[in-house]
Amino acid sequence: MATQDAKQVTVYTTPTCPYCHQVKDYLKQKGVEFSEKNVAADLEARNAMVQKSGQLGVPVIEVDGQTIVGFNRAKLEELLG
Amino acid sequence: MADKTHYDLIVLGGGPAGMTAVVYGARKQMDMLVISDDIGGQTMWSAGIENYLGFPFITGPELVQKFEEHVRQFNVPHEYTRASNLSRTGDRFSVQTHDGRTFTARAVIVATGKSPRMLGVPGEKELIGRGVTYCATCDGPVFAGHDVAIIGGGNSGLDAVVQMMKICPKVYIIERSPELRADAVVVRKAQEADNVEILTGTKVTEIIGEDFVDGIMIDSVDGGSPRRLDVKGVFIEIGLSPNTDFADGVVRLNPHGEIPVDCAARTGIPGLYAAGDVTDVPEKQIIIAAGDGAKAALGAYAYLVRLPVAEDWGQMIT
Repeated sequence: MATQDAKQVTVYTTPTCPYCHQVKDYLKQKGVEFSEKNVAADLEARNAMVQKSGQLGVPVIEVDGQTIVGFNRAKLEELLG
Repeated sequence: MADKTHYDLIVLGGGPAGMTAVVYGARKQMDMLVISDDIGGQTMWSAGIENYLGFPFITGPELVQKFEEHVRQFNVPHEYTRASNLSRTGDRFSVQTHDGRTFTARAVIVATGKSPRMLGVPGEKELIGRGVTYCATCDGPVFAGHDVAIIGGGNSGLDAVVQMMKICPKVYIIERSPELRADAVVVRKAQEADNVEILTGTKVTEIIGEDFVDGIMIDSVDGGSPRRLDVKGVFIEIGLSPNTDFADGVVRLNPHGEIPVDCAARTGIPGLYAAGDVTDVPEKQIIIAAGDGAKAALGAYAYLVRLPVAEDWGQMIT
């Protein structure tokens, strides 16, 4: 574990989205560090999310440049390794 | 563990019914697997729950977190996918999943709940997540500054209107009935807002857009007065339908697509139980789903204890 570089994880969220909270809880429980971008307040982040994911929905999770739309645990576990 | 594909019991669904079944099954030390791509089911969508015993007030996500913590201590294997088909050969069930795998079990509990109902118009499926959304609470803020249409004039539709009219220049509400069906309080809020246009007796005929939604086509319910609305977001709030499409080959569904069960959560098919909102239980409540999940697990346990283990099961699952 120690030899592996930490993956760059970003979660695009809205404050009201329940699945966004679930994703964040999941990552915290796994001990994965991540940054959060609230697309309700941050227009730049919203545009970036739409561009990267082609989606107008949250949560979008970005792991080392690869995006996952929605809280897809199977895919997230795969990307987190 | 990853190679194990046969269990005594498979629970389909991760809402209150499925998770309670897991707790009861785990305490009986049953050999079991959960298949569900989510945890919490519809409970996740609830902003406030005030009728689950022991919690005078709790939000849906908070209650789900407590459910999850409770379930996690039993270390029951969980596959994060969905059933695409359920079949039965002799006294053995076979579950195919959306990711192309097959699991078998001697008993199955279907607790797959309900999902938002789709409109069923051209363009809808293609534009899901690209302007079409079924969760206004989740995605609403993403559409701030854009015109949106909310489909469905019941309470969940009007809740979405009240949420969106504060952040959108124009909000349309489209309802097939001659009147909005929501509570008078929220209807009045919508009627009094300058930027809300209420279109009753109206249906959606198409959702338009290439990469993202550009608009919708509407018409009067009788037809003959088509009109285009230029909107970037379409919020569909027209109720729920049971997640049973994978099960109709094994069990006869009622006209609503629900699985009929008796008071012991039995479906009439030996070894097949169902619990929660996916069934024809008269009230769709978290506490009722949880209770039904307990009945289903205890019923499945009693069934499995009595059922002789077929000696040829190894051949039957291939």
